[in-house]
Amino acid sequence: MNFQLAVASNFAPAVDHILICLLVISGGMLLLVFWLMWSFMIRYRVGSPVDRGAIAQRTWRFEIAWTAATFVVFIGLFYWGAGVYLDEYQPPPGTMKISVVGKRWMWKIEQPGGQREINTLHIPVGQKIQLVLTSEDVIHDFAIPAFRVRHDVLPGRYETFWFTADVPGTYDFFCTQLCGAEHSHMRGQVVVMKPADYQRWLEQDGASQTLVAAGQSLFIQLGCSGCHNGGGTVRAPSLDGVYGGPVPLSDGTTVIADEAYLRDSILFPKKQIVASYQPVMPSFNGVISDADLEKLVAYIKSLGAESPP
Amino acid sequence: MSTTASSTASSTAIERRQISSSYLGEDFRLLSWLTTTDHKRIAVLYLVSITLFFFVGGTAAAFMRWNLISPDGMLRSDETYNRLFTMHGVIMVWFFLVPSIPVTLGNFCIPLMIGARDLAFPRINLLSWYLFVTAGMVVLYALFVGGVDVGWTFYPPLSTNYSNGYVLLAAIAIFVAGFSSIATGLNFIVTIHTLRAPGMTWTRLPVFVWSHYATSLLYVLATPVLAMTMVLLFFERLFRTGVFDARNGGDLLLFQHMFWFYSHPAVYIMILPGMGVVSEIIPCFSHKKLFGYDFVVWCSMAIAVIAFFVWGHHMFVSGQSLYASVVFSLMSYAVAVPSAIKVFNWIGTMHKGFIRFDAPMLYAIGFIGLFTSGGLTGLWLACLAADVHLSQTYFVVAHFHYVMVGGMVSAFFGGLHFWWPKITGRLYPEMWGRAAALIIFIGFNMTFAPQYILGYTGMPRRYASYPPQYQVLNVMSSAGASVLALGYLLPLFYLPWSLFRGPRSVANPWDATGLEWQTSSPPPTVNFYATPIVTWDPYDYKEPERQEQLDYHG
Repeated sequence: MNFQLAVASNFAPAVDHILICLLVISGGMLLLVFWLMWSFMIRYRVGSPVDRGAIAQRTWRFEIAWTAATFVVFIGLFYWGAGVYLDEYQPPPGTMKISVVGKRWMWKIEQPGGQREINTLHIPVGQKIQLVLTSEDVIHDFAIPAFRVRHDVLPGRYETFWFTADVPGTYDFFCTQLCGAEHSHMRGQVVVMKPADYQRWLEQDGASQTLVAAGQSLFIQLGCSGCHNGGGTVRAPSLDGVYGGPVPLSDGTTVIADEAYLRDSILFPKKQIVASYQPVMPSFNGVISDADLEKLVAYIKSLGAESPP
Repeated sequence: MSTTASSTASSTAIERRQISSSYLGEDFRLLSWLTTTDHKRIAVLYLVSITLFFFVGGTAAAFMRWNLISPDGMLRSDETYNRLFTMHGVIMVWFFLVPSIPVTLGNFCIPLMIGARDLAFPRINLLSWYLFVTAGMVVLYALFVGGVDVGWTFYPPLSTNYSNGYVLLAAIAIFVAGFSSIATGLNFIVTIHTLRAPGMTWTRLPVFVWSHYATSLLYVLATPVLAMTMVLLFFERLFRTGVFDARNGGDLLLFQHMFWFYSHPAVYIMILPGMGVVSEIIPCFSHKKLFGYDFVVWCSMAIAVIAFFVWGHHMFVSGQSLYASVVFSLMSYAVAVPSAIKVFNWIGTMHKGFIRFDAPMLYAIGFIGLFTSGGLTGLWLACLAADVHLSQTYFVVAHFHYVMVGGMVSAFFGGLHFWWPKITGRLYPEMWGRAAALIIFIGFNMTFAPQYILGYTGMPRRYASYPPQYQVLNVMSSAGASVLALGYLLPLFYLPWSLFRGPRSVANPWDATGLEWQTSSPPPTVNFYATPIVTWDPYDYKEPERQEQLDYHG
């Protein structure tokens, strides 16, 4: 059972301290309320012979006392919470700025060096990171529970917050503002790396990730997602995990989906028809450039490697 | 032998005369009910309508909890899930919680409690029911032809430019339902000002009436803003007018400001009447004067006023100005103070009382427990840095369900059991009433307590599917929901049963002090044959032994 949450940013301990304090106050109050009610229910039940004495007449003394007590506690909580909050949304100088663009239903992320990725955010540990967030369509929200940070992502506006990741590891992030049908799939992972690993990633994987990210945009732009992601009126095979595996064809044979097969299927879709599907896909021969084809193939290959986004 | 028979015969004759002279027995035809202007009959019409909506909204919730048993979603359709929670939210907020206690128990009891024959505007009262039913038809039509998929909060641009659900119909329904609220609020305010019986001064009004006065102010002042918001949303979606679109000179956040300017006071519309009910039940079953009457009354009024200045606490991470957030956080703590004071006063009332544990009292005690839990987690969400982590997660879902469902619905059931003998002239089966109260309390905590932890560990609300680490707590919550559903279904059987088989009630079965208990159960159409003259304070619960002690202590 996972009742605990990683404490992985500079703000996480600060927020947790406030939450613990709130838990102690609320728990204490709740215990007091239940204890008083319970003891009164037993002591002053209707058949109980206990001497009740005179009832209090000057109730205003109690009223003033508990009004003042709650007020003082509340002001303390307010002051503490506001301090940390103002810190979260006012980035200090010298942050590393990463661009985050929300789009139904994916996150497009761009590193300061131009490396792009989808639904994954690679960051170095110990560095002040500032996210600059905007949306291409509806309101989204970028939330990283392990870091205790979030902010809405609005179309036509740039919002920002900052943090420093303290512990290397992989953490979930979520879209938490309802954005339509696939809202609950608009999530991904923050990968916090040691600075050296991060540099290596930027130079190697970061570049190929950029291809994949560009490919995903093309996949949507060219309309591939309309049929291949299910949900459309035209039925087309899902491409999740297609790369590297066997594909049964309508003529009874089976091919292995290598890179050449993927290219051929995009340029000459009528050549090899997947079993039980109609030959309705248009040819993209002459429609897309070789460079774009490379990005598209890189994206489709990425669908096989890990669990789909 | 013969004397027994004759006395039985004469007692049934008296009984029959009692019924036929009551508001229930006047005329049994459907048409007479649909054209009635009697506040008591309109309350019954409302009771039937909101019960229907409660179970429609509850069914949607049952499907949602069922879907969330599996991380991939049992429904296998995100779209369906989105429509379910929108339906649940829209129906429960506008067609159950906002009207709930005021239009049923308030409508029934306020004239009786102040010694009036009816509300000030009986025909407007009937009109408000027709508006409510019309709005209800529209929303049910919208939901059954395809539904709405944008959540009950209708944030643009999702609701205006992207949704393919029936947003326009839902906006019309909410607009019309709003006028029903306004009519009710206006009616209550005028009634309480002008129709109090001789001697029923403002400081002799039961807290139930005071809470409805505060609620009515919110109805009348906040609901028009909702109506404007819905009109603007309607035109934005239909004609792209641009009020909520920066590209056309509008502002996206303007919608959120307007929406919460209504919807936060609406939270107090939902809870104040519940506080009123509990303030009647606790003194009655503790057989003791309400502790700190003046403070409880002024707290209701303070809540109604401060409620208008806290709406921005729904927008701490929305992109509103940081300094606005700071002010709204401070105001939110300010509004929590009077609520806390009320809890202390109810407990103070139980101190040195003569406590009985009939079903209404069990519901009221459940209310205090669940409302306190929900209210305390409100302090977490009012705290800015904590809210950043907790908002838009299941923590928020648990928080407002503790207040709205654990609090308000418990109060509603408590009040319904408390005044059931007055409304129907029959006693409900006590054992079943207590069992249902207990099952609801346990089932409620089983359902929503795990959601606090889910929220802290980061699970976002409105997710049709979720990462597998959240499954255990979700299954626990869904299991609890089935217990809760059982608790809510029980009264649906034993209350109607008692209408026909329950023992007849005397005028004042609880030994309570309110004016409504001085007329027969059920009351005659005119409420009081002679206008009562009030010479005593509210909650005038006396007990001989204590009276002596009181005299002795001077």
